[in-house]
Amino acid sequence: MTTPHVADQPIPSLIHSDVEDDLRATLRAVLGERSSWQKVLARLDTPEQPYDDDLWKTLAQDLGLAGLLIPERFGGAGATEREAALVLEELGRFLTPVPYLASAVLATTALLSCCPWAESDVAGDLAALADGSTTATLAVSAHRAPTAAFPDTVTGVRTRGAGTGGTAMLTGTVPHVLAADRAELLIVPALLDGAPHLLLVRSTDPGVSVTRETCLDATRPLGTVVLKDAEARPLTGQNVAVAVLRHAVDTGVALLASEQLGAAEAAFEAAVDYLRTRHQFGRPIGSFQALRHRAADLWSELAAARGTARYAAACAAEDSADFPLSAALAAAHVGDIAVRVAEESLHLHGGIGFTWEHPAHLYVKRAMSSALMFGSPDQHYAELARLADIPGA
Amino acid sequence: MEDHDHIRARVRDLVARHDLAGMTQREFLGHRFDAGLAWVHAPAGCGGLGLSRALQPVVEEELAAAGVPRLNLARNPIGLGMGAPTVLAHGTDGQRARLLRPLWTGEEVWCQLFSEPGAGSDLAGLATRAVRDGDAWVVDGQKVWTSLAHHARWAMLLARTDPQEPKHRGMTYFVLDMQAPGVEVLPLRQATGQAEFNEVFLTGVRIPDTMRLGDVGQGWTVATTTLMNERVAIGGAAAPREGGPLGELMRLWRDRPELRTPGLHHRLLRLWARAEAARIGNERTRQANAAGKPGPEGSAAKLAYAGIAQDISRLHLELTGPDALGYDDWTFRRSEMTGSGEVRHAGFHYLRTRANSIEGGTNEVLRGVIADRVLDLPREPRTDTKLPWKDVPR
Ligand SMILES: Cc1cc2nc3c(=O)[nH]c(=O)nc-3n(C[C@H](O)[C@H](O)[C@H](O)COP(=O)(O)OP(=O)(O)OC[C@H]3O[C@@H](n4cnc5c(N)ncnc54)[C@H](O)[C@@H]3O)c2cc1C
Repeated sequence: MTTPHVADQPIPSLIHSDVEDDLRATLRAVLGERSSWQKVLARLDTPEQPYDDDLWKTLAQDLGLAGLLIPERFGGAGATEREAALVLEELGRFLTPVPYLASAVLATTALLSCCPWAESDVAGDLAALADGSTTATLAVSAHRAPTAAFPDTVTGVRTRGAGTGGTAMLTGTVPHVLAADRAELLIVPALLDGAPHLLLVRSTDPGVSVTRETCLDATRPLGTVVLKDAEARPLTGQNVAVAVLRHAVDTGVALLASEQLGAAEAAFEAAVDYLRTRHQFGRPIGSFQALRHRAADLWSELAAARGTARYAAACAAEDSADFPLSAALAAAHVGDIAVRVAEESLHLHGGIGFTWEHPAHLYVKRAMSSALMFGSPDQHYAELARLADIPGA
Repeated sequence: MEDHDHIRARVRDLVARHDLAGMTQREFLGHRFDAGLAWVHAPAGCGGLGLSRALQPVVEEELAAAGVPRLNLARNPIGLGMGAPTVLAHGTDGQRARLLRPLWTGEEVWCQLFSEPGAGSDLAGLATRAVRDGDAWVVDGQKVWTSLAHHARWAMLLARTDPQEPKHRGMTYFVLDMQAPGVEVLPLRQATGQAEFNEVFLTGVRIPDTMRLGDVGQGWTVATTTLMNERVAIGGAAAPREGGPLGELMRLWRDRPELRTPGLHHRLLRLWARAEAARIGNERTRQANAAGKPGPEGSAAKLAYAGIAQDISRLHLELTGPDALGYDDWTFRRSEMTGSGEVRHAGFHYLRTRANSIEGGTNEVLRGVIADRVLDLPREPRTDTKLPWKDVPR
């Protein structure tokens, strides 16, 4: 007897359609020109810092990518997590400093989850996200695991009305928020009159301040959000806030795996190129068996990671019963592999790989911080154990 | 869609005309072959319909829907996995007509006479000689590690026909009748105690030239088809979650809480994730290649499978408790053509899987295939490939 958790799900298509391949080609051309690693690296030393706001405008507004998950009735593309995952693969490949994961995935998913009861309250914001005229984030610590208790560092009271139409006042601090300083809209989990709620805060309102943090991965900055009697609009009643937050973070985790995959593929390809061209002992280093075999092992592991990441995105898109498991698996497994590939890529470059002027370190930083984001590998394995019915000792 | 309907109609017709209850499995398989439903990508008359490989699952689905039991590949694993694709790719009409149908039904079992005492990973270094004599070839040499030779009617034989040529160019591929005079099969006892494989001595064995597969000197090209299919056969089949040995291990884990420890739990979780990721990754590769020929991806799947199978069987043995120190049967006996039905001690599986990283190309050889054929990395410098074979140091 297999347990229901483990019951075999048919595996959906994990290969890209022609339309998806076109999207990838378009994106790769744009990013190749405007988000080369040299450009990404150069930004790290400018005061304006890493974000490329012009490129974000192109992606969100001109290419309509910010609205992929948003239904057409709000002006979005009505696409699915499959396409969003593909975008993240490419953004990961180029380490492109734009708030896609924060805005177009995490915040958008949270807002969409509120539609069943609050559609009229969020329709305007969704439309603004879809056309790229506004940017949002989910104000949770990026270090928080999907399974962690509901955040309690922000609390507040209702000031007017009941349900989702009213207003509230929030006070508290949320550290390590993705794209905090780029978001006009903050979706804040908070205890309202003691109970879990999600609320919407405008970052330009009085009582809201955001500071940028210095991060391990400088190409994807985090910020600290401080609220002091800031006005907020409740988006959920207390009964659904936990589930909405969980779904948004699970979706983020599932799609982050695709970004990790894209970055790992780029790091791996760079290493293979170097193995072909760098000569020592009178031959290309890629002809030494120790290195050929390491490259072959990394390639095999990437093949498994590719399947796992695409599976999680496909399960999200199809609202599959296997989605939670696929997300935990992707987070646990792809994260580990992506870190290893990035570390090996740096190593295989020798001394040049350890210099600031070479992209290898950027990929290590991205891979390692992604692996620690929204749950450590251990936490994801623990969740996998629960979902796949693999009880501990 | 038209092809789908065509296949479905043919399957229904097959099932309607031949009542499984009234015949042996083998007879039914024969009818299935004649209906072109053995492997739909083969030409008509060879067990196929000349359709895309990607449509084969339609046949299996429709048969399953009609209540026909799933196929047991163990009836002829080497023949089905490697012999058939090689004969289909390189055989003459006469060879296909003679060989494919009984191969498919399992009436005639196949084996693979490739490895020799002096040529394993370096298969192209093999020394078994085939010398032309009129319209036949005379073969002398020794093969080793030959699985199922004791059951086989036919063998895929790779032999040297021109020692003056460099190693890869002087070989020719034959289909050998294992009942021919001069073929001697001796069992080799394995680490598990039983004998699946054999030594095969070939002394003055005559093979008619009509049983040559591919041109003289083209043996390596033909053998590559065999090897690519071997790795797919070992690593590639679509499997359910927790299928096979992992399922056995998980059952034990869930049923016997007293055997669990934190260290084993840590390892099991990671192994479960690795196996599931490999399964999904394989499925993605299968989808991507559904219509194409087996390529080097099969090598990657086989490489992953070998490591996972070894780790599963080891964990299973460790989890067996005090009984882990026992074993079921060391008797020297021949393996039978039963497939995987037999229940064995965890120690047997632990030992048997040690061969997974050797058989069908060692892990090192497979990494080399990936490095060359997928990653296009610079080759290792070699001193043996340009010399005439006879001058290569051995
Ligand atoms: C259970 C089982 C069943 C088999 N069935 C069959 C069969 O039916 N038909 C058949 O023809 N063969 C069969 N084989 C043989 C199998 O294909 C060979 O054993 C295998 O190819 C390795 O060859 P070898 O044993 O000569 O080892 P070797 O090639 O001598 O290898 C010894 C070690 O050296 C390593 N090595 C060798 N060359 C290199 C290199 N260039 N770089 C790095 N490492 C290297 C190998 O990986 C291995 O670890 C079977 C083997 C087993 C174990």
